[in-house]
Amino acid sequence: MIEVKDLNKSFGEAHILKGITTTFEKGKTNLIIGQSGSGKTVFLKCLLGLFDYEEGSIAYDGNIFSKLTEDEKRNMRAKIGMVFQGSALFDSMTIEENVMFPLRMFTKQSKSEMQDRADFVLKRVNLPNAHNKMPSEASGGMQKRVAIARAIVNNPKYLFCDEPNSGLDPKTAIVIDNLIQEITDEYKITTVINSHDMNSVMEIGEKIVFLKDGLKAWEGSNKNIFKTDNEVVTDFVYSSNLFKRVRKMYIKENS
Amino acid sequence: MTYLHNIGSYFLMIREMFRKPTKWSVMRQLILNDINDLIIGSLGIIAFISFFVGGVISIQTALNIENPLIPKHLVGFATRQSVILEFAPTFISVIMAGKVGSFITSSIGTMRVTEQIDALEVMGINSLNYLVFPKTIALLFYPFAITFGMFLGILGGMAACTFGGYSTLTDYITGIQTDFETFHVYYAFIKTFVFAFVLATIPSFHGYYMKGGALEVGKASTTSFVWTAVVIILLNYILTDVMLG
Repeated sequence: MIEVKDLNKSFGEAHILKGITTTFEKGKTNLIIGQSGSGKTVFLKCLLGLFDYEEGSIAYDGNIFSKLTEDEKRNMRAKIGMVFQGSALFDSMTIEENVMFPLRMFTKQSKSEMQDRADFVLKRVNLPNAHNKMPSEASGGMQKRVAIARAIVNNPKYLFCDEPNSGLDPKTAIVIDNLIQEITDEYKITTVINSHDMNSVMEIGEKIVFLKDGLKAWEGSNKNIFKTDNEVVTDFVYSSNLFKRVRKMYIKENS
Repeated sequence: MTYLHNIGSYFLMIREMFRKPTKWSVMRQLILNDINDLIIGSLGIIAFISFFVGGVISIQTALNIENPLIPKHLVGFATRQSVILEFAPTFISVIMAGKVGSFITSSIGTMRVTEQIDALEVMGINSLNYLVFPKTIALLFYPFAITFGMFLGILGGMAACTFGGYSTLTDYITGIQTDFETFHVYYAFIKTFVFAFVLATIPSFHGYYMKGGALEVGKASTTSFVWTAVVIILLNYILTDVMLG
């Protein structure tokens, strides 16, 4: 579980995050949503410890991150898996080497043990025959799946995903969403996803935090987002006619 | 103010580079890869330039000796001194600032742009140690490349002199043996070690701390070349004044 209390972050005069308090629960897919410029990426980078913040606290299972020493922070980060927006695969390594990388860095496993584990996670993300390809030879969807495989290979306690569906076709995006949710359930990890993708919000948003101009404007689940009267949320989530119709049908069916 | 900030950041980067070392089994592989990319991969261009510049130095020296009182073996002597004292350590280092420096800046800069450095940090890896330290160690082998350049420069001078008819082989060999001072070789190698450190760290600094996209990677490579060359030239002056002055 990740607990965030009164988080404030500024860049010079610009106050980006304004007192955010929320909890990301274990075994659930938690989504951070909001318009571009609402502070989602800054929030995610604060959670990851890539940005320092002025006020507030972030606690990973009770351990307040800012109070840890540099070495403790690095050890904590070894328990984090991250899927970057652009996948961030190491382009000088093959797909198998990318997946084995966290094992090479943090475990004392033999090469065959690492290869077995890489085989297992690559099969888990439906890439059983991609071991020797270079990242540049893989499609966007494949790269995202490799990034997920790399993120989970060392059994992380926390999984962060920055816009995992960006640049993917709708079908592949659903595959990625389902994969993330299955992995979250299977390994009982705390997953936090930064997204604008409304399909993801509706499909896998077990907990949703909506940011607006650096403030937490709403929080709830994909079930109660249909029912909310919060105008800020409805303006954003139901901005397209398709989603307006989906919402009407949902309310009609459930009334 | 920006210059002072950058100088401070550069020294902080060097300090950080030595903290939280990467596992030796991984680091060893990184060092070997960097020796291959930065040293072995540069030998061809070093050989080509050294041989022909050595030849040019000897031809120009021979053509400027008109006084019959000046011995012909001066051509070999002047070529040796020019190659060992300046051409090999300094001139090749400036060329390497373009070749090796641009490679380092663009490869680290691309990793920054594509969030690969963030990926390392998120995993709890000291990215500066992982990326910059192996390059610094690999460039400790740079003096071997410079020795190779010295040898080929003198050989190029000999070939140009003898085949071009500017001096006899005996005169040239006498020249390269005349008044040889071992300290000049030490001086050249001390300079080379200092330049190797500069070649590894300044381009890494420009790549690591760059912001923006692909266009900025190109700009960072150019800036890195300019600053590496400027620092090499300035340090060359200071070291020469301190050691030979």
